[in-house]
Amino acid sequence: MEQLPAISARDVHKSYGSLKAVDGISFEVHVGEVYSFLGPNGAGKTTTVEMLEGIRKPDSGSIAVFGEMPWVSASKLRGRVGIMPQDFRFIERITPREAIKYYCTLFGVPDKSAELLDLVDLSEVQNVYFQNLSGGQKQKVGICLALVNEPELVFLDEPTTGLDPKARRKIWDLIRKLKEEGRTVILTTHYLEEAQMLADRVAIMDHGKIIIEGSPSDIIKKMGKGRKLVLRYSDTLYKHLADELKLECSRSGENINVSVNSNQDVLNVLEFANQNNIELTSLSLKEDTLEDIFVDLITEQEEAQ
Amino acid sequence: MKLKNIIADLKVYSRNYMRSTTAIFFVFIFPLILMLLFGSIFSGSSTSAVPLYVQNLDSSGNMSNTFIDTLNSTHFVDITMIPDNVNIRTYISQHSISAALLIPANFTSSYLQGNHVDLVYYNNPAVSTSSVAQQAISVTVQLFNSHFAHQNQTIALLSSSVTTHAANYIDFLIPGLIGLVILTSPMFSMTYIVSSYKKDKIFRQLSLTPLTRSEWFLSKFIWYLIISAISAIMIIAVGVLLFHSSLSLSLYMIPFLVIGVFMFTSLGILAGSISRSEESASVVGNIITFPMMFLSGTFFPIEIMPGWLQSVAHVLPLFYIIDGLNSVTIYSNFSSATLDLVVSIAVAAVIFGLTVLKFNWKEQ
Repeated sequence: MEQLPAISARDVHKSYGSLKAVDGISFEVHVGEVYSFLGPNGAGKTTTVEMLEGIRKPDSGSIAVFGEMPWVSASKLRGRVGIMPQDFRFIERITPREAIKYYCTLFGVPDKSAELLDLVDLSEVQNVYFQNLSGGQKQKVGICLALVNEPELVFLDEPTTGLDPKARRKIWDLIRKLKEEGRTVILTTHYLEEAQMLADRVAIMDHGKIIIEGSPSDIIKKMGKGRKLVLRYSDTLYKHLADELKLECSRSGENINVSVNSNQDVLNVLEFANQNNIELTSLSLKEDTLEDIFVDLITEQEEAQ
Repeated sequence: MKLKNIIADLKVYSRNYMRSTTAIFFVFIFPLILMLLFGSIFSGSSTSAVPLYVQNLDSSGNMSNTFIDTLNSTHFVDITMIPDNVNIRTYISQHSISAALLIPANFTSSYLQGNHVDLVYYNNPAVSTSSVAQQAISVTVQLFNSHFAHQNQTIALLSSSVTTHAANYIDFLIPGLIGLVILTSPMFSMTYIVSSYKKDKIFRQLSLTPLTRSEWFLSKFIWYLIISAISAIMIIAVGVLLFHSSLSLSLYMIPFLVIGVFMFTSLGILAGSISRSEESASVVGNIITFPMMFLSGTFFPIEIMPGWLQSVAHVLPLFYIIDGLNSVTIYSNFSSATLDLVVSIAVAAVIFGLTVLKFNWKEQ
């Protein structure tokens, strides 16, 4: 028997007045998967996630989380779902340790403040009031509270925004650990490389619609423009590459981007430079990242508007 | 509803509250400062004789003259006579008199026959000297009752028939300040808490836990009940120990505390709920709180205010709480207190109903 998806959404709409925040989206998230929503600000990511969390009511369409409608059965789902909202805030003069203990009592689980504080590296500031914590430390308290009830499904809305590089890596490790434990993770993020690295599948949203969905490598394969060779720009070089070698070239600032279809193309360029005594000052071979595709897709969408 | 959730929330909320020096100052210290201030200004012990106006309608009777002479001999009062052909109330208001005694026409005859007779004492409790005059009258009345009753056995009941209407200013200030605490401690912080929790999405956060709105509300209500009760006990203690208040304490004060805290906790939540931002919440909170703070008989009796302002006082919910507390502690008038309590319960029920409608954790 096929396992029920963790989340199933069909033709979901949500408007605020005349603004269509979410405009007919459908997707499924499988159990144990890390699924990431990407998109520019105002694309509808947060509204989508909030409808999945049961905080907002969809105007139309159906949403099922573990087979339950989140807006109707929020209380049934509470024990199975953990949520870290974007820009997490808590009661001003309460310490991280007290906050976690409070949640443990509410959820009826034994006190696991020590374990959770250790997990996100907050033990040192466990007795500091919430209002005196740094932005990153506040986010981490939010993550701890989302994990108090050992949720099967975890929503992390921009969990690494405002964190320093070391702290971000710690959160990445944590997300990998959650996945290893078999939990489903919904990750919204601004950092494309983060999604590319952590997510099994991503959905890129814009203007309330999902414009593409799939695994990062599939999307790169499908939408990417292949490999390109990046060389320092010079007039002669550009002219020769385009006219004599018939390669597809484009200038981008100080550089020439040359689309290459095979290793032979790369060799041809090097040989050409060698024969004509052109000194190459900079040279690199690049493949499109999720970020490049994202930028292209969003630009295309904006031009189409 | 789970008790463990209420207790867990109460623990967190009380810790957060007690860690704020401003909150502690306004609940525990501020009322005491007000009491020391107002109490010292209006209840200062004056050694010189205080003015007392007397209208003697019993001009032919010698007992009334003896009474006035005895009163004069206490040296506590400096007596000025009011002509017997004027209306005493009009005369008092025209001459801004704070203490006046009316001796009725039948004083001598009733007294000698051992019949009931009322001495009426008009005073302004906000003026401290009025209580000195009242004490001088009381002493004279007692003297008359004991001394003359023994000589003439037919006038044995006279002592219970002489009535005076007076209260010490501090006795009046104590219920007022308790009312102030009942109003301000939940109102100011609930309005702020609800609007800032809304802004910081803490309600949304809490809605994702098993804690319910009712449990959250109950924990706030219990908390403000505890701190208002502690503050009230401190106010009474300072009043009795420092200002020698002769307030009559009664368990009947408790229902006013309970219903008052319930009413203003709800009203604070309501004000925070209907406001769109923290700034507008503070404006709404102040618009509701400040008129009530000054016009409900908190620092002075509403009787000294102009008539139209007295009508305003009668629509303010705090008036009924303070009036009820006054009825219990000053006048021991329990039927009047019961009426105040019934009105307060009805108002609290309406406010609570509106709060239930307007106070939401989720967003559409």
